[in-house]
Amino acid sequence: MLTEFGKIFVFIVLSLVFVVISVFAAKLIRPKRPTTEKLKVYECGENAEGTPWIKFNIRFFVIALIFLIFDVEVVLLFPWALVYKSYGIFGFLVGAIFLILLGIGMAYEWKKGDLNWDRPKISPPVIKKENN
Amino acid sequence: MYEYLVNILFSVTGNQFLAQASVMILIAALPLFVVILPYALAAVLAERKVSAFMQDRIGPNRTGYRGLFQTLADILKLIQKEDIINSEADKKLFNISPLLVFAGSYAAFAAIPFSGMFIGTNAEVGIFFILAISSLVVAGILMGGWASNNKYSLLGAMRSAAQIISYEIPTALVILSIVMLTGTLSLNTISELQTAYFWNWNIFGGAAEGFKQFILIPFMIAGFIILYISTLAEVNRVPFDIPEAESELVSGFHTEYSGMKFAMFFLAEYANMFAVSAIIATVFFGGYQSPFGYLGNTLNFPLLIPFEQFFWFMIKGLFFVFVQMWLRWTLPRLRVDQLMTVCWKYLIPYAFINLIIIGIISLL
Repeated sequence: MLTEFGKIFVFIVLSLVFVVISVFAAKLIRPKRPTTEKLKVYECGENAEGTPWIKFNIRFFVIALIFLIFDVEVVLLFPWALVYKSYGIFGFLVGAIFLILLGIGMAYEWKKGDLNWDRPKISPPVIKKENN
Repeated sequence: MYEYLVNILFSVTGNQFLAQASVMILIAALPLFVVILPYALAAVLAERKVSAFMQDRIGPNRTGYRGLFQTLADILKLIQKEDIINSEADKKLFNISPLLVFAGSYAAFAAIPFSGMFIGTNAEVGIFFILAISSLVVAGILMGGWASNNKYSLLGAMRSAAQIISYEIPTALVILSIVMLTGTLSLNTISELQTAYFWNWNIFGGAAEGFKQFILIPFMIAGFIILYISTLAEVNRVPFDIPEAESELVSGFHTEYSGMKFAMFFLAEYANMFAVSAIIATVFFGGYQSPFGYLGNTLNFPLLIPFEQFFWFMIKGLFFVFVQMWLRWTLPRLRVDQLMTVCWKYLIPYAFINLIIIGIISLL
């Protein structure tokens, strides 16, 4: 038996087969004459300096973390959105409380400056000089 | 259509599984060969022609009548191109990346109803599945950018990933509000609810009756605008094209790709453009429903209706693709901080408020 998700699987397999076939079909026609110059990393004609595999910006991590929270929230809300009407106003309030809590969390992130792409200004700790 | 064909094949071969599998392969191949490939051929040419007319140029006009065969010539050229994998790339990941990107964008078509009779899968999760599977694209893009061992690729891939995941949240929130209104996740049912005339479309309040429909209209329009902006960002189109900004990053994550692998990224990008347009058309503009009755009903010839539905679906989808091309030559590119501000400080709070208001109204 082919279930409904089995049909989706057929779609995915078919797309993979399509890509593999078209790449390999082109292999029959295309030339293959690699040279050292051709195989160099492209950097606008210059020789590539250093490695691109560097530490990347911490802001990407912050965005990914906030995204994770919201994505999990959306996943939790979908089943609620399907059935909340049958529980009337009580059903709505349950979801609304959850949404408000998240809204408060978001307001906190906003206040802390994590939503700013520019780095939040960190005020350096003030060290009092003692005058002897 | 699926059951009908399976029954025919079953009576011929007498093997249930064989019949189902072969019919399913046919059905899974139809969107690719009937919709996406002809559409991509036309859309690449249209993109160039539209941009040419908007800039008062002529555009491609050498290949065929007024350049009609330009895309075919491009494909022939791409097939003949040497496939270069640079010596420092991670070859395995480099080759897997186009597979993932294309599979992610094509799998979405399984749940999109092209007409009342044609939909890949009747799985109840529909739109939720589309939201989930399109995340495969992000993995593919990051993989390609990382494996290329190229600075532009990695920068482009990282920007692209940050942008796609950020804008997934307003998209999901707007779709959530539609789910609250209609009470179903299946795109087929959402389309069926918007039947008959265009004032039954969700953008005009949908299936809600009486005064509720009129209250809903402004919030539906707001939801549509949020969804359109965020899907524009999800497919990396202008004004959100900083991941592949050709004037600073060459072409983003696929700088190192050439030949057919590049063509696959290109095809996936155009398929994605159509997929999001089709989703917008289905969610807000009635999907495959005609804005005013069917010719098949008037002529008493019901066999015509699925074809009419397919026609309306394509018209609506292609219109939104055209708007995407139009915007490309109208708006300048955003900066990366503006991009994040638009998403996190404007779209998400508005989508939140919109969600709660639509939830209250549809409860009334």
